[in-house]
Amino acid sequence: MSGTWTVEEVAARVEPGMTVGIGGWGSRRKPMELVAAVARRGVGDLTVVSYGGPDVGLLCALGLVRRLVFGFVSLDTIPLEPWFRRARQEGTLPEVMELDEGMVLQGLRAAAWGVPFLPMRAGLGSAVVDTNPQLRTVRSPYADDTELLAMPALPLDVALVHVHRAEADGTGQVLGIDPYMDAWMCRAAREAYVSCERLGLDPDQPKSCIVDGTCVDGVVVAPGGAWFTDCSPDYPRDQAALEAYAATAKDPVAWATWRQERGL
Amino acid sequence: MTASRADVVATALADLYRDPAGGRTRLLASPMGAMPRLGARLARATFAPGLLLSDGEATLVDAEDRPRGHLPYERVFDVVWGGRRHVVMGATQLDAEGNTNISCIGPHARPKVQLLGVRGAPGNTVHHRTSYWIGRQGPRILVPEVDVVSGVGVRRGAADLHHVVTDLAVFAVVADGQLPAVRLRSVHPGVDLEQVRAATGWALGEVGDVPATRAPSDDERAWLDRLDPDGSVREAMA
Repeated sequence: MSGTWTVEEVAARVEPGMTVGIGGWGSRRKPMELVAAVARRGVGDLTVVSYGGPDVGLLCALGLVRRLVFGFVSLDTIPLEPWFRRARQEGTLPEVMELDEGMVLQGLRAAAWGVPFLPMRAGLGSAVVDTNPQLRTVRSPYADDTELLAMPALPLDVALVHVHRAEADGTGQVLGIDPYMDAWMCRAAREAYVSCERLGLDPDQPKSCIVDGTCVDGVVVAPGGAWFTDCSPDYPRDQAALEAYAATAKDPVAWATWRQERGL
Repeated sequence: MTASRADVVATALADLYRDPAGGRTRLLASPMGAMPRLGARLARATFAPGLLLSDGEATLVDAEDRPRGHLPYERVFDVVWGGRRHVVMGATQLDAEGNTNISCIGPHARPKVQLLGVRGAPGNTVHHRTSYWIGRQGPRILVPEVDVVSGVGVRRGAADLHHVVTDLAVFAVVADGQLPAVRLRSVHPGVDLEQVRAATGWALGEVGDVPATRAPSDDERAWLDRLDPDGSVREAMA
């Protein structure tokens, strides 16, 4: 691999109908610049897999999501994501696969490991089973004969994540306290793209390199690429900007301005 | 001095950690929200020194706020699925079987009100001890039947549903096949039984002589004032 990618080059890899996994968690270290670039192209009919925050809200607001795979969607400091709520309540998000948070993880792991499912208990007995009739259970082939949920693999066409430091060879370093599920997003994907605050790794922290060239296909330099979500220690959540974003769901004029400012 | 309602509630939220499952005293306490967190810290400061709490991000801390481990989200599931955890969750709806809902109100296909999503409630409830904190008990929260089952109740395979603490009372969850499984255990001082009945969306049934929820000891009162020095956590509850 040589050189880095532009956000537009990455966005061009996303085609209508694809399944896109988005890293981060709630309003933390979301690849907002990559998501905006995808949104700018107007690529629709997407299946989105996410520990959801404003990434999901924005794509729902623009009507680009056909199916959402999620355990929650939240802005953290504003518990309920307003655009996601609107999409659900107004019926503009055609399909959801609502799962226990741990099921999303096991689905990504199954895809990363190339197995069709992983057995687990989480989800059994809950609405997750009632509302996802495609889910199946398996019985332990051993003497215990336990019935378990067979969480199907969640293979991704494209994964988008944002990290603090990276190099063009695909190494990505997270300097914050939590790597979230970003590495699993990359390993579950056919193609994975990482945006970073800046090139160059902190060589004293090899344990914080969460992804590498075995699972990353392209690196984008995007300073502020997670803004307005939290990207500590480089920058905290921009609460004022987050509130301004949230307010657009109730104010068509503010929404038009917000879109215009971002070329959406 | 008489204890305030919030002091009693905080003490009840601490008492959740008495008699831990299997006698295992070293476990992850995951109190969701300010009052449950105050309760867990009170428990840790007094009778449950083995409780580990998250700092709110990804570091485990002990009573002196010393780091005791790294617990990023991915690793939380290792603890959850191993069962060494007691979560105290909130709920928008909670029913007589102990099912809870944080997903949405109305039909799942087209919600009237979309909430957070089921989050980790399905997995938590089938793997380890789960309690609930209801900050404002009412008949639209303690409902006969939840709209969407996020946390599973006693008839859907809950591992260890423990207690429900509200601003009015404490309920224990009993899995003996009888309904309601969520049964009144004590009423907070200053609250009368009829008030609790009116704020419960199912028939409480014959409850007999219901004791008052215990007041904190002087030592516990002192700890609450140390852990919530300006009283803001307890004020927000009142």
